[in-house]
Amino acid sequence: MGWNLRREALVTKFIDLTLNGISSGAIYAAVALALVLIWRATRIVNFAQGAMLMITTFIASAVINSSGSYIVGFIVALLSGLVFGAIVERVLIRPVENAPPLNPVILTLGLYTLLVAIAGMIWGNTPRSFPAAFSLRGYTVGGTTLLFTPNDTFIVLIVIAVAAGLALFFRATTLGLQMRASAFAPEVAKLLGVRVGRMFTLGWALASLVGSLAGVLVAPSTFLGPNSFDPILISGFVAAVLGGLDSPPGAVIGGLILGLALSYVSGYEGSALVPLAALVILFLVLMIRPSGLFSTTRERRV
Amino acid sequence: MSLNRVRGVFAAHTILRSLLIVALAGLALWIISLQISAYNDLQLATGAYYFAALAGLTVLAGLSGQISLGHGALMAIGAYTVALLIGNEGWAVIPALVASAVVTGLVGIPVGAAASRLRGPYLAGATLAFAVGLPALADKFPKTFGGENGLSINPSVPPASLGANFPLERWEAWIACAGALVVLFVLYNVIHSGIGRSLRAVRDDEIAASLSGLHVGRIQTGAFTLSAACAGLGGGLLTVVLQLAQPGAFPLQLSLALLTGVVLGGLGSLTGAVWGAALLTLLPNWTNDLANSFSLSNQVSHNMPLAIYGIVLIVAMLAWPSGIQGGVIAIGNWLRGMWSRRAGRHPQQRGLDVA
Repeated sequence: MGWNLRREALVTKFIDLTLNGISSGAIYAAVALALVLIWRATRIVNFAQGAMLMITTFIASAVINSSGSYIVGFIVALLSGLVFGAIVERVLIRPVENAPPLNPVILTLGLYTLLVAIAGMIWGNTPRSFPAAFSLRGYTVGGTTLLFTPNDTFIVLIVIAVAAGLALFFRATTLGLQMRASAFAPEVAKLLGVRVGRMFTLGWALASLVGSLAGVLVAPSTFLGPNSFDPILISGFVAAVLGGLDSPPGAVIGGLILGLALSYVSGYEGSALVPLAALVILFLVLMIRPSGLFSTTRERRV
Repeated sequence: MSLNRVRGVFAAHTILRSLLIVALAGLALWIISLQISAYNDLQLATGAYYFAALAGLTVLAGLSGQISLGHGALMAIGAYTVALLIGNEGWAVIPALVASAVVTGLVGIPVGAAASRLRGPYLAGATLAFAVGLPALADKFPKTFGGENGLSINPSVPPASLGANFPLERWEAWIACAGALVVLFVLYNVIHSGIGRSLRAVRDDEIAASLSGLHVGRIQTGAFTLSAACAGLGGGLLTVVLQLAQPGAFPLQLSLALLTGVVLGGLGSLTGAVWGAALLTLLPNWTNDLANSFSLSNQVSHNMPLAIYGIVLIVAMLAWPSGIQGGVIAIGNWLRGMWSRRAGRHPQQRGLDVA
């Protein structure tokens, strides 16, 4: 009898961790998608992504506080992300797009640093709470309460919807085709009349929108402060590298794998080890399959 | 004629030249440390440990073309090594500092081996993950590393021969400056040796370098190891100066500040590392004064240095990628050109490094 109870507890814990892994994996997938979209468009890893989504989440928080409506704050966050991404590309990134690869890396890190400092100046360095879209009480199944909440369902569904929407956009619309062409062969695309610069701006804007979505989704569980999203950026980067950095579906799958792996590590070994586990996974992937788990070709820029 | 011969000897022998530079720098630092107040001696010590880490980072970035955002974490390794050895094992300061460089160098070998297979943004991301992930160890093993509060050590007292009233800060400044001079000596010789040339060859064209028989991976791993050892010594000196090693002293911002220092000074330039160390040491004071005189809130003044680092990184990449030292060299060349044109001479050609 006792054995059965223990086994049941173990199974419940495993289910809890799996479901939580899927929900946090969805958020990693969103951040990874943001990084991948920018990498595809401009061959730049946007290290400022974590700080950009932090700013849009602060904006959402301010709007929610003053208007009292979650949905208004949510929409404002996404729109400000869209505009923010476009401005950053147009003003800061465009001049270094053809510079040596180290320059955009340092530039986005500089932007990260500046945004964190600005957020600290305006909103202070003490993390604050952020409301969730739906209830944070777990579902009850057959008498046991799971850790998985209606809000987690919302997270998973909306990330799936965004990923599907992006896939549809890239595959089925002319604009998406133009963006893919600009990323794949900028010169040829230019000759065929595609406004390549505009496509890059649009890529950054879309990426920033997806990033700001991730910020609003994750803030209820991490709290909201200037440095709250550093681990999310790292996880998003690891997820993107898992998926090959070049493929949106890879980013989603990478996010889910990472979410599950980190959830098991956190549940069975303690949450202190999560950043280290992400580091280990990243190094393993980079050592064994540097081009990601799902790529078929190897590439190296010379 | 004899002056020219002396010059020739120094041009031909890097070791002699570096010893001369170190001796002159040491003399200057010694005189300065005697003239200034105890508080400024502390600043000098701070600048010295920043210099050790910055010099290591700038040689890595400028010579082998690798970027590391993990040097703040590497400093933490050196800092905790010194804190554990002095605090728990009762080691003397100098062997503990040597150990901090050796231990961090050893940690640098696997990290460098992994890093040598990575390029550009992948390397930046991996070292960023290293900087964010490593401090978690202090939380995981609170008994060993003292958790959030960290480990504190007793100050290393100046020897009695210096007199009873010799300020502790000046003694710490001497230790830190001695460490910085060792780093300067080693790195100067590495830059001007065959190893330095191999590193530059690997940086400029990996394929050509490997076709010329250079082991690209091994050379890059070596550069990372050396750079890590310098950062570790910098961290060890930090512990000696502050008498404390705690996780809060090594946030991601420290790695970004170090990056700002080397970018501002100019990648690959040891003189640039001096500029960077001066910036990192003085900036927090300046912004504090500025904030006080404009009576800005704490919230603003605390974040001011960080904001300036960010602006420096952005502006440097957009407008002035060669940094202060590059700018100084450009102005120097321009002045020299003006002078020789006015005197009706051709600009003097710089000696080739063929020794």
